[in-house]
Amino acid sequence: MAKLPKPLGVVPLGDLAAYVEFSRTLDLEVNSVAQRLAAAIVARGDPRIRDVVPALGGVAMHFDPAYDGDVLLAAAELVEQCMKKGLPDADDVGRDVEVPICYDAEFALDLADVSQRLKISPEEIVKRHAEAEYRVLMVGFAPGHPYIGGLDPKLSVPRRDTPRVVVPAGSVAIANRQTVLYPYSMPGGWNVIGRTPLTAFDPMRPRPSLFAAGDRVRFRPVSKRDFLSLRERQ
Amino acid sequence: MSVRVLRPGLLTTVQDQGRHGHQHLGLSPGGAMDTIALALANALVGNPPGMAALEITVIGPELLFEEDTLVALCGAEFLGGFPHNRPVLARAGSKLSVGRAVRGARAYLAVAGGFWLEAMLGSCSTYLPGAFGGLDGRALRHGDVLPLAENCSKERFAALKRRNGSTVRWSAPPLTLPDREPIVVHAVEGQHFASFDAAAQRTFFDTVWRVAPESNRMGFRLAGPALVRADGEILSGPTCLGSVQVPPNGAPIALMADHQTTGGYPRIAEIAAADVPRVAQLAPGATLHFALCSLETARELRLDSKARLDASLRSIAWEYGMSGK
Repeated sequence: MAKLPKPLGVVPLGDLAAYVEFSRTLDLEVNSVAQRLAAAIVARGDPRIRDVVPALGGVAMHFDPAYDGDVLLAAAELVEQCMKKGLPDADDVGRDVEVPICYDAEFALDLADVSQRLKISPEEIVKRHAEAEYRVLMVGFAPGHPYIGGLDPKLSVPRRDTPRVVVPAGSVAIANRQTVLYPYSMPGGWNVIGRTPLTAFDPMRPRPSLFAAGDRVRFRPVSKRDFLSLRERQ
Repeated sequence: MSVRVLRPGLLTTVQDQGRHGHQHLGLSPGGAMDTIALALANALVGNPPGMAALEITVIGPELLFEEDTLVALCGAEFLGGFPHNRPVLARAGSKLSVGRAVRGARAYLAVAGGFWLEAMLGSCSTYLPGAFGGLDGRALRHGDVLPLAENCSKERFAALKRRNGSTVRWSAPPLTLPDREPIVVHAVEGQHFASFDAAAQRTFFDTVWRVAPESNRMGFRLAGPALVRADGEILSGPTCLGSVQVPPNGAPIALMADHQTTGGYPRIAEIAAADVPRVAQLAPGATLHFALCSLETARELRLDSKARLDASLRSIAWEYGMSGK
């Protein structure tokens, strides 16, 4: 097994949370280690910790306010114990998630614009987007909102100059080297290229979020008709 | 057995101790902004400290009690003449009209036995951005009916010592109300503190900040001088309750109960956990300034605050004839 990277350090997020930082820039290897470490910490079931959050470059641990000790010390110890014992394999951390997506112009609000900016035909953009294999790098910003890595470098495009006041729920959007999916109608500046009929976050489901960090994602193009019938079934 | 909403007030929502363990899915814990006032209100009616109560914001509601109901109002001081910080037996058919807040911003109205509501993901808290939890995921409206979970009000009131009519002859001291402004808020250096230049660092701790009108349960926007930062973008990372982030416009935002779980803005400071409930009592227009403290001091403040709350909870339990834990 490849040697595990060492954390840059453990920094406080106030007096009730600590962040084990591995990298200050996005590195997919490091990102995967953060997810594996988060899984190992969760598996220990430490009663002092209420939330373990794998982020892009590290792992945050949120402590129970009743904890009376030093969170930096506790977090550093926990990380050391987990790293020493060995982390679970990346393949065991995430699940496979297939996301049906309709790239019809009606939903792909920015496809024409992206096509112009990249000088690639809309058909080619759709083909490249649907062909790639992706991985969820982090879930954050809003409930069930994934940051998905693995975008074809040819599709790398900056965010829109003017963010939209409302991006419709289910919109799949790209910017730089990532894809996001808007779980609710909300403001956003990413380039919308399609929409999924799936509900990304539903508190009533046993698994409320469609995505978790580490999940392997594929987009499956569907027609508008299939989109509508899939949405009916949600 | 229920409470009827005659007038909803500015923003009255059901809140409890919060929804924990879901931040990795992007869901913040939410819950009461001032957890200490929530705990006191609950204790005063004989409930566990984290039970769901009504969080009343700046302008209070008018409620009608359909049965005799033991209630307590804790936190901010509101006009309307209703006794604060003590258990009151609201008689069947009586109305409780909560006016405008005169000190603090949020009060909690707890009822004996709690409200009959379905928990979602382990909590009854209303999460407004996701429109779930509490009562249909929204703030109370005119005509809403909140059923009570238990018919225990009269029994509990009878168990209280030093009763007098429909109230008691004692009250619990409020623990989170601002005495005078600006309030002093302890904060430790944020992860990106060092990436701000010395002038911006000084400005942050020297300024009397004003809570801007566009503040809400997600975050308080602070009006004051712009904090300039030369460095470029940072990698999106985890945030928490009390994180103070600085967007490119230089106006800091203190993250509150419904905060986002990750963010891409640099965090200049983190508010000491002990002081977050006090910040929650600031209405738009109120002022605060930050005092830099060490992590160890923040921990001590947290332990002190917990000890003070525990002492209050014990003395309330004593009034119920319980020895207290």
